[in-house]
Amino acid sequence: MRMRKQWREWGYHLYMVGPAIICLLVVIMVPFAMGGYYSLTSWNGISGEKSWVGWDNYIRIFTEDVQFFNSFKFTLQFTAVSLVLTNLLAFVLALGLTQALKTVSLLRASFFVPNVLGGILLGFIWRFIFTNVFADIGEQTGIGLFGLQWLGTSSTGFWAMIIVYGWLITGYLMIIYVTALQGLDPSILEAAKIDGTSYMQSLFRIVLPLVVPAFTICLFLSLSIAFKVFDLNLALTNGGPFNSTQMVAHNIYAEAFQKNRFGLGSAKAFLFFVAVALLSLAQVMFTRKREVSL
Amino acid sequence: MTVLRRFPARLLLLELLLLLLALLFLYPFYLIAINSFKSFDQIMLDTIGWPDRISWENYAKAWVATNFPRVLLNSTLITVLSLAGLVVIASMAAWRLTRYPGRWSHLLFLLFVSAMIIPFQSIMLPLVEVGKRLGLMDSIAGLVFMYFGFCISLSVFLFSGFVKSIPSEVEEAGYIDGCTTHTLYWKIVFPLLKPVTATVLILNGLHIWNDFLMPLLMLRSKELHTIPIATFSFFSQYERRWDMALPMLVMSLMPMLVFFLFTQKYMIKGVMSGSIKG
Repeated sequence: MRMRKQWREWGYHLYMVGPAIICLLVVIMVPFAMGGYYSLTSWNGISGEKSWVGWDNYIRIFTEDVQFFNSFKFTLQFTAVSLVLTNLLAFVLALGLTQALKTVSLLRASFFVPNVLGGILLGFIWRFIFTNVFADIGEQTGIGLFGLQWLGTSSTGFWAMIIVYGWLITGYLMIIYVTALQGLDPSILEAAKIDGTSYMQSLFRIVLPLVVPAFTICLFLSLSIAFKVFDLNLALTNGGPFNSTQMVAHNIYAEAFQKNRFGLGSAKAFLFFVAVALLSLAQVMFTRKREVSL
Repeated sequence: MTVLRRFPARLLLLELLLLLLALLFLYPFYLIAINSFKSFDQIMLDTIGWPDRISWENYAKAWVATNFPRVLLNSTLITVLSLAGLVVIASMAAWRLTRYPGRWSHLLFLLFVSAMIIPFQSIMLPLVEVGKRLGLMDSIAGLVFMYFGFCISLSVFLFSGFVKSIPSEVEEAGYIDGCTTHTLYWKIVFPLLKPVTATVLILNGLHIWNDFLMPLLMLRSKELHTIPIATFSFFSQYERRWDMALPMLVMSLMPMLVFFLFTQKYMIKGVMSGSIKG
């Protein structure tokens, strides 16, 4: 009798947890392990031949592959610049959107819209704007900035990416800041006002310290999203000109599916994972530490 | 935040400023919309002005050339089927793992959470191999299964966080009344999970609907293309033929924009609660 009950419990474990585990193993865990193995071979993805080359792929990446390093550098620059600008803009917007405005929900929705659309579509919208509309605005207004070849050079391509990415992500970060600001106790601010603090004083001395957790969330979110950007990169500049605006994710994609070097691509993919994992680890450690100190 | 409450003039100024900024934010959509009606020659001459004529000719051409109804159906099917399956398998697993704590449950839960870190680019190469060997390539069912796997971690994580917050007394009462685990789960527990189910649906739905790379790698035949893939291949085919590409772009944007218009409150809330926990 007890045996039967135990069997039935195992049956339920299998029935309820089994499908989820199978999906995870087949789609994530097994491919991840296979990728680790591929990264040590010279496979081209087409022929059946996978010859073992040991650490060769990794050595090659670190010693010969200039483009991978340029992509990495570009990605880091992009991440750093976009992180500062988008968070600044998002926070300022959130400050405005927590005032007693009449159109507040309309405004919030307007800033949030780009976020529900895919990177490919957004990239194409802006490709049209950068290549066609900007030229026309430049002609009509005579402002030189609009006359530039925005997607044609590496430095303007960088800023084009920043603009579109900022357009995409700012509304999302803004919503997080809005929630944090709304969570503040209004009586604290009232008290401060009665005591005669100016708006700027209460912003820097009271509001900012109280929304530090929101900053932590947003900073790490921006880090991990910006670092992994692919769709926008593909649709907007496609890494060009001469791969000068190629992000790491795009570099891995090109290595594997355009140059058919699966072995090398797998090694890069693994390095990419290590970088992302380090970021996540830093996040966990950082938030843990904060919790202790609070 | 009521800091500025006593200065109505300043508030008005702030509101106008923000409205102006919001218009600037939405201006790209307006530009795409008006230019999608223009003839090729007019687009080349002037992209800012109002179109010479409002005709649906461009749209008719793009609609047929991309087989848009089919594309829309594919995207819808893939998203709906993936979401339905995900909610079922993820919520069951999360409930079972949370309600039967032990070394194994803990280990499995850790496995789910740690898989969240792995970026798609790190598994996409071997995933194509796995897909080929299991016959999952170039089929909607195969892609749906891939989404089960790719979205399961976050879903289990979100569900189990919520399960922890509901008291287990209800379930114990159910057992005493003689429910089997199966009926208990579907009749009593699952309905309680509604708020987190909405979050899971919104977060994964947005991801799956907009996803580009996974369907690009998994679907070869044109009849199975989803909206992002169809837009991409159409753009590569009609490079610089903006009178064809722009109407396609507008049609691709429409479903999600309309959906957002009607559900914006829930969507913003859903994305929000997902980001804080994730």
